Amino acid sequence: MADQFPVAKIIANFNGRVSIDSEVTDMACVVVKPIDLVELCLFLRDNPAFKFNFMTDIGGVDFFPNLPRFQLVYHLYSIDFGWRLRIKCPLEDPPKAPTITEIWTTANWHEREAYDMYGIVFEDHPDLRRIYMWQDFEGWPMRRDFPLRGYKDKYNPFGEEKPGADQDPIGDIL
Amino acid sequence: MTDVNIIDQSDDESGQSREVLMNLGPQHPSTHGVLRLLLQMDGEIVKRIEPHIGLLHRGTEKLCENFTYTQIFPLTDRLDYLCQPSNNLGYALAVEALLGIKAPERAQYIRVMMAELSRISGHLLITGALPMDLGAMTTLLYTMRDREMIMDIMEMISGARMHTSYCRVGGVREDLPEGCLERILEFCNIFEHRIADYESLVGNNRVFLARVENVGNITGEDAIALGLSGPCLRASGIDWDIRRDAPYEIYDQLDFKVIVRTDGDCYDRWKCRVDEMRESLKMVRQCIAQMRPGPFLIDDPKIAFPVNKDLLAHSMEAHIHHFKLAAEGFKVPKGEVYTAIEAPKGELGFYIISDGTEKPFRVKIRAPSFVNLQALTRRTTNMKYLADVIAMIGSLDPVMKEVDK
Repeated sequence: MADQFPVAKIIANFNGRVSIDSEVTDMACVVVKPIDLVELCLFLRDNPAFKFNFMTDIGGVDFFPNLPRFQLVYHLYSIDFGWRLRIKCPLEDPPKAPTITEIWTTANWHEREAYDMYGIVFEDHPDLRRIYMWQDFEGWPMRRDFPLRGYKDKYNPFGEEKPGADQDPIGDIL
Repeated sequence: MTDVNIIDQSDDESGQSREVLMNLGPQHPSTHGVLRLLLQMDGEIVKRIEPHIGLLHRGTEKLCENFTYTQIFPLTDRLDYLCQPSNNLGYALAVEALLGIKAPERAQYIRVMMAELSRISGHLLITGALPMDLGAMTTLLYTMRDREMIMDIMEMISGARMHTSYCRVGGVREDLPEGCLERILEFCNIFEHRIADYESLVGNNRVFLARVENVGNITGEDAIALGLSGPCLRASGIDWDIRRDAPYEIYDQLDFKVIVRTDGDCYDRWKCRVDEMRESLKMVRQCIAQMRPGPFLIDDPKIAFPVNKDLLAHSMEAHIHHFKLAAEGFKVPKGEVYTAIEAPKGELGFYIISDGTEKPFRVKIRAPSFVNLQALTRRTTNMKYLADVIAMIGSLDPVMKEVDK
């Protein structure tokens, strides 16, 4: 189904600001800069030739130590046509992206998740708080430089030593 | 402490307030696990709902990045713990798409049959649990009795009642045991009549209907904007089912109806699931009728253990493959893939990025319960009272383990 999807039309409309990621084979995939993201999403949702009305998923990716370090991956679906589309949005460090909650309500929690896990800040998000971790939690757990078992503290004696932290954890544990 | 500051309770300078901030959960029978809600209440009227999730967060996605591809199967079991075979299937399909392989036909039939059985099992729970949340205890006891039969079948096939981990990349772990299909047919014959029992037990109950009909209506437009999927979306009149519209495995060989209802209220979501059980039963029967003997696991020593265990005693090569596979796992070519299946709760998607090693670089799980639960935050006129919120939670059917990942 994805092969009939007119990607070229998007490219033409955006005039060089959107490009195709040809390495992706499972569905159509476009790459966009954060500044054009909202415009692209609105175009895809409202244009009767696409009708990408269903926002499936938003996920952050951390390519540490490669650059650009972060990437947001959006999956869209068009219920009318049965097409799927992936939008990639590479982000610099520290990562910042525009919110698309105005376009799809469902993006709210997805963006909160990406913020919680990767520290990606969504500008103008109505309620940008951590969603899984508690509010006082420090660090971004899904980043690749965050240790699997977390950092060592009073409640987590098997965690890794925090870089630059006080090298006397025994007092902390006892 | 931070939570309390979010909703300001005082109306005026005197600090007096009509509205009360109330906490519901996390340990509350009708929150289906550990869902915590902060409710801003004006008497019995709910002004605002703020779900707090994450109490069951295990970091599944982070763990996936540190496990080999085969080791991730048990993690997927623990997403929606009512319907494990579906989760296994969704993940297996994603890895198979990356590898460019397909499971043998018999394996596909077995997987689909298991997935549909587990759909019945998941829907059975909510068929009984929603009335129970609303005060009708009886139904749950009966539906649990039938769920027990499915659990027994699961145990017979995989050895485990709940966390089956039965799928493998390229097929299933073992062939079906002897007498298994007869047992499933027996279940089908018994269960066929019982669906009607449940419908007559609560479906026509005056109190139950008063609590769920015209409560928590979601229009089709809203449902799409909220990203609802599965029965929650179809109850709102959107005719979309991945099994029919983008068939995976052998769903294109099966004849089934997609249940669509129009009102989008709590009753429709409940009824949609009850009717889906009938369709699932039909599919299970068709799978059994169409299933042919044949291989149940792909014949590729680099990906799957040998089916013929005697081979290990005679062939040095098989032995080496077995050792490498058990010790290191298999390498998956570089690339990325998103596959979606119609899990009982909605669209379950796995987005996997592979960097060419034995462990995935990134696994993003699109958990349907997580997305569906967000519908609770929506302001609606048909969800006025606290009692309606309880009906709404039940009808959205969230599984907290899947919500929190």
